[in-house]
Amino acid sequence: MLAKVRSSSVLGLEAYPVEVQVDVATGLPSFTIVGLPDAAVQEAKERVRAAIKNANYEVPTRRITVNLAPADVRKEGPAFDLPIAVGVLAATGQIPPERCTGTAFLGELGLDGSVRPVSGVLCAALAALQMGVQRLVVPAENAEEAALVPDLEVYGVCDLLQTARFLSGELRLEPVRHNGKDPDDPADEVDFADVRGQEHARRALEIAAAGGHNVLLVGPPGSGKTMLARRLPTILPPLEWSEAIEVTRIYSIAGALPARGSLIRRPPFRAPHHTASAAALLGGGSVPRPGEVSLAHRGVLFLDELPEFHRDVLEALRQPLEEGRVVLARAAATVTFPAAFMLVAAMNPCPCGHLGDRLRECSCTPTQVRRYQAKASGPLLDRIDLHVEVARVPSPALLEERTLEPSSVIRERVLRARRLQQERFTDRPYRTNASIPARIVRKVCGLDEPGKALLRAAMDRLGLSARSCDRILRVARTIADLDGSERVTTAHVAEAIQYRSLDRRP
Amino acid sequence: MTEQDAWILLNAIPGVCPRTKHRLTAALGGPQHVLAAPRDHLRELATEAVARRIVDFRQQYDPQTLRDQAASVGARILALSDPDYPAALRTIPDPPLALYVRGRIPPDVAVAVVGTRSPSQDGVEVAYTMALDLGASGVCVLSGLARGIDAAAHRGALEADGVTVAVLGCGIDRVWPPEHAPLARFIQEQGGLLSEYPPGTPALRHHFPARNRILAGLAQAVVVVEARSRSGALITAEFALEFGREVFAVPGSVLNPRTQGTHQLLRDGAHLATGAADVLDRLRIRPRIRDVASLGPEEQALVDLLEEPLDLDDLVRACGRSSSAVAAMLTALEVQGVVRRLPGGRYVRGPSG
Repeated sequence: MLAKVRSSSVLGLEAYPVEVQVDVATGLPSFTIVGLPDAAVQEAKERVRAAIKNANYEVPTRRITVNLAPADVRKEGPAFDLPIAVGVLAATGQIPPERCTGTAFLGELGLDGSVRPVSGVLCAALAALQMGVQRLVVPAENAEEAALVPDLEVYGVCDLLQTARFLSGELRLEPVRHNGKDPDDPADEVDFADVRGQEHARRALEIAAAGGHNVLLVGPPGSGKTMLARRLPTILPPLEWSEAIEVTRIYSIAGALPARGSLIRRPPFRAPHHTASAAALLGGGSVPRPGEVSLAHRGVLFLDELPEFHRDVLEALRQPLEEGRVVLARAAATVTFPAAFMLVAAMNPCPCGHLGDRLRECSCTPTQVRRYQAKASGPLLDRIDLHVEVARVPSPALLEERTLEPSSVIRERVLRARRLQQERFTDRPYRTNASIPARIVRKVCGLDEPGKALLRAAMDRLGLSARSCDRILRVARTIADLDGSERVTTAHVAEAIQYRSLDRRP
Repeated sequence: MTEQDAWILLNAIPGVCPRTKHRLTAALGGPQHVLAAPRDHLRELATEAVARRIVDFRQQYDPQTLRDQAASVGARILALSDPDYPAALRTIPDPPLALYVRGRIPPDVAVAVVGTRSPSQDGVEVAYTMALDLGASGVCVLSGLARGIDAAAHRGALEADGVTVAVLGCGIDRVWPPEHAPLARFIQEQGGLLSEYPPGTPALRHHFPARNRILAGLAQAVVVVEARSRSGALITAEFALEFGREVFAVPGSVLNPRTQGTHQLLRDGAHLATGAADVLDRLRIRPRIRDVASLGPEEQALVDLLEEPLDLDDLVRACGRSSSAVAAMLTALEVQGVVRRLPGGRYVRGPSG
């Protein structure tokens, strides 16, 4: 007898439907899975056999053939365990087959029949809706994630027995609803109110957040670069619903959602170590999985110790920085993951870290310093709008009792500036000042005569290049937006010039 | 062959030091006679090797070739007997027999500012300001185009629109260290480059002490800013003492290893210099004050705070204005040349280089 059960698998960011066909026929007892299964799918037969037995159902001593259609796409992962088991039960008449139609299944089985969580459930749920499936049965741990998709009945199950009884009609399950917990108010563990001193850096990060600018923090060890970077997501606008779904999908596929994870509403913060490989950063695998740049999508990618990263890894960051996405071409498939993040890089000013430090003399030779700084320059530095020197905070300033601005207050200003940009860029493909194309930057960020004169004088005296001029204009535009000003004034340009310290003549 | 041509030819002979060349000239009664002397005679006066090098060279080259070679790299040659040859340099025991020059030769009033190649930020600061004030007062600043103090001194003089001359330890068509090529171009435009070596000569280790003797010879005074205990700058100071020039040393923290050399000089009786005024005073030159831009009260208040190098956060704390306002004012002050930013983000008074 033949049974068909619906399921799905993930390729890139999209799930595609997979039909699990189970045929139980007479012949020598066997269990075969076809349809390009990988090792994890092959092993499903052992799990399925044990799980069915331990759920007190029967594995027929007949010839069982499972086909995963379409048969020309490689299938991976343990999420087919549950649909295969359900298919076997249906094909042997242990549950009524007609109860399975219109329902899709996803889940890994333990030998005891328990249903274990899998990755990519949100994508599967979105795909299920498109497939015209009304009901989705997923592991209980993933149910809330799947329930993010409206108009879909989601059932969370804990084990195979429960699933079978539910399908036979012996057990009623309530569809899982999204818990409705207000996701707009996640408690942040970190806050800008914790940062003492660092007025300059705080201001720079506020500008960066407002205009979506990439930032480079330069300062001696222990000056607080990491602390500052960690707080940047707290002043970014919270994700909109569609963005949140997008980000949650990526985390879902990567299996990186927190346990019982629901929607990610906060811009993510990712800080890969400098020993990370290009594959870890960009994503990889024979069936590609998202890497750090995609996990930082709509959030912040923090690269500490920038010059320590491998040259080719930094080189590979160019595409995501320019296009906001990564394209991974593999033999099996070519996959595109979104990767529109804000880059925050940090580095010491020199190999020993103490160049310009007020506490210690730098012991590096000029050649060492040049070589070190050159490592960070090139393609990446070209994409960074703000250079911020982070100095060690002197101890009296650390002990000051002044209450400092919390992130929520800064975020309000950032939101106001972002709204101005949205109005300016309606019907344009870009949304922030940082991504104004070079051709029109002079038009969008037009200066008055005194402003132009100041910029010219600064170019002459400080040795700024034409390229850095464009960056200054973009940053000046953001400063004006924070100010609520229609025009970019001399004061805005003057401030913006202070954030280009690395471009200056040595 | 004229005497000038003979000096030029004699100067270009490699592998024989100026002192030997001078000795031979004195013994034979003039540079022409050295070039005309039979090999055996030269061998008696010097060594076999010296005689061979002189004979080989005079057979291969003539003065016109050397002049053409210099002209092809945009330089001219001044022989010892040339009326333009720097008078001060003639007074030292073994002056260069000829000098390759691009741009100007230093005027009579010239001060050498020298020091370590790896200075502290304070050292760079002192050298820069010293040269700035010397330049503004019409004194030519001499140095060696090396990294660190030398470069800071040249930059200071350039900023003051003063004259600055670099004495090189390699051929005049070369720049060592290479990253100073743009600086060398500025120096040539506003002052000059000098070398005793023919074009194409690489920068060899033993050239630098010889170069230092020219620096000391050209200068009325030598100022040493930061030198470790065995620094080339100390060699320059030693030459200066030998030639009867004034020697100044800038004091510093006793914890800074880069002051060992300067403190030793002070111990040995060098004049103490904390700024250009000390040097100008001793040379009886009246200092000229730099133009001060007129500033608004808030900007003036900011400049007044910069008694010592401060970063933006220090200034924000001290003046109570927002970070953005202070940053904007600093840019305006920088552009006017009133303040300057140091690496690491601290600001000091004085124009940027």
